[in-house]
Amino acid sequence: MTPGFWKTVGIIARKDLVVEARSRELLYTTVFFAVAVVLIFSFSFVVDGAPLTDAAAGILWVALAFSGTLALGRTFERERQSETLKALLLAPVERAALYLGKLIGMLVIMSLVVAVVGPLVVVLFRVSLDGVFWHLLGLLVAGGLGFAGVGTLFGAMLNRSQSRDVLLPVVLYPLTVPVMIAGVSGTAALLSAEPNMARAEVWLSMLVFFDAVFLTLALWVFDAVMAES
Amino acid sequence: MGQNRLIAGLVVVAIVLFAGAPFVIDAAPYESTMGLIQKIFYFHVPSAMVMFASAFVCGIASAIYLARRTPGSDRMAIAGAELVVVFGIIVLVTGPLWARKAWGVWWDWGDVRLVTSLVLWLIFVAYTLLRRFAGPGSDVLAAAVGVFGMANVPFVYWSVNVWRTLHPKTTVVRTLSPEMRFPFYWCLAAFLCLYVALLLLRVRLERSKSTLEAVYAELED
Repeated sequence: MTPGFWKTVGIIARKDLVVEARSRELLYTTVFFAVAVVLIFSFSFVVDGAPLTDAAAGILWVALAFSGTLALGRTFERERQSETLKALLLAPVERAALYLGKLIGMLVIMSLVVAVVGPLVVVLFRVSLDGVFWHLLGLLVAGGLGFAGVGTLFGAMLNRSQSRDVLLPVVLYPLTVPVMIAGVSGTAALLSAEPNMARAEVWLSMLVFFDAVFLTLALWVFDAVMAES
Repeated sequence: MGQNRLIAGLVVVAIVLFAGAPFVIDAAPYESTMGLIQKIFYFHVPSAMVMFASAFVCGIASAIYLARRTPGSDRMAIAGAELVVVFGIIVLVTGPLWARKAWGVWWDWGDVRLVTSLVLWLIFVAYTLLRRFAGPGSDVLAAAVGVFGMANVPFVYWSVNVWRTLHPKTTVVRTLSPEMRFPFYWCLAAFLCLYVALLLLRVRLERSKSTLEAVYAELED
């Protein structure tokens, strides 16, 4: 008997996380890469010892997007090396469950990156989180979900394509422009000297709407695409 | 061969319209604040409209391809995506030229149409890159990009629009006087004829390609 939908999702996410917990390859490399990105950007956006306005928000999201792409590439490379994605597709479970399982695995990795990079940005850019923490967390969760949602779909589809390493960001970045604009602008509104909660909430609601539309689309496309391969 | 005649007819009409366009545009009155430079509008806006229409052609064709896998919809999607890139180049060249004279800058991040066009253009460049370099299975992949690209248009437009309110800028008021409306529709008709002709030609090319491949495959068997 095959397990239920959500149980399948849980099993696939757990599989990814167990593999990761044993090697910690993705986690270490991605986190370190994100930290390196933050440092590189600091050299460009800190002038006379003080960061430029809104630099912290931009750097946080760029670091997330770059390290997210890296993690997506690696996690599907792992599946490719031993043809395990094909094996997963042969399993008699719903395609949507496979997609959601991979997505959750990806989200856990990205949250760990945020857990390291977020405090780093706060410390390096003298950001105050008083009263804006939950709003910021909401933006990060909604933005990360949108980015990883589109990324997981294309990461899976590009799995067996040629030049997939470069094609993933080429496709992913233009498609997630609304996420980046909303994330950066919302975060900038929260981190400015006088936090603008109303503006951040506008961006947050746009992100939630984006997530709803694109996750639905991704589930449909994943089902249609992976049905035959 | 009815389609050949249709394409030929469209090309002839487009040639006539484009040949007449300079005279029609010349006859239009000067815009009060921008003067001569405003006339770039008659080529810039129709190509932008055709570009957005083409993105929807590609998006809808891609969605049909994903659902039904009919070869015709795939060919339509390729043709649509490539024409977004072609007309996008016209938009992205004429836009900054106009902006330089009208606003004094080549590029204005505050103009929602300009930025949305750039993002849309990038998405469809990604589409063509995928088709060219992704190897086997790129048709389905590209179809997904087409669908996502189309769904992205309202989000990009909305987010750029809200984003730019942080940096208020003077906008160009475009209320067309009747004398300006005629050359505008003239050029729009020219671009539309050209677009449909190119779209049909590109679809036909793709069809010939697959016929040729089928013949080769038969020869080898």
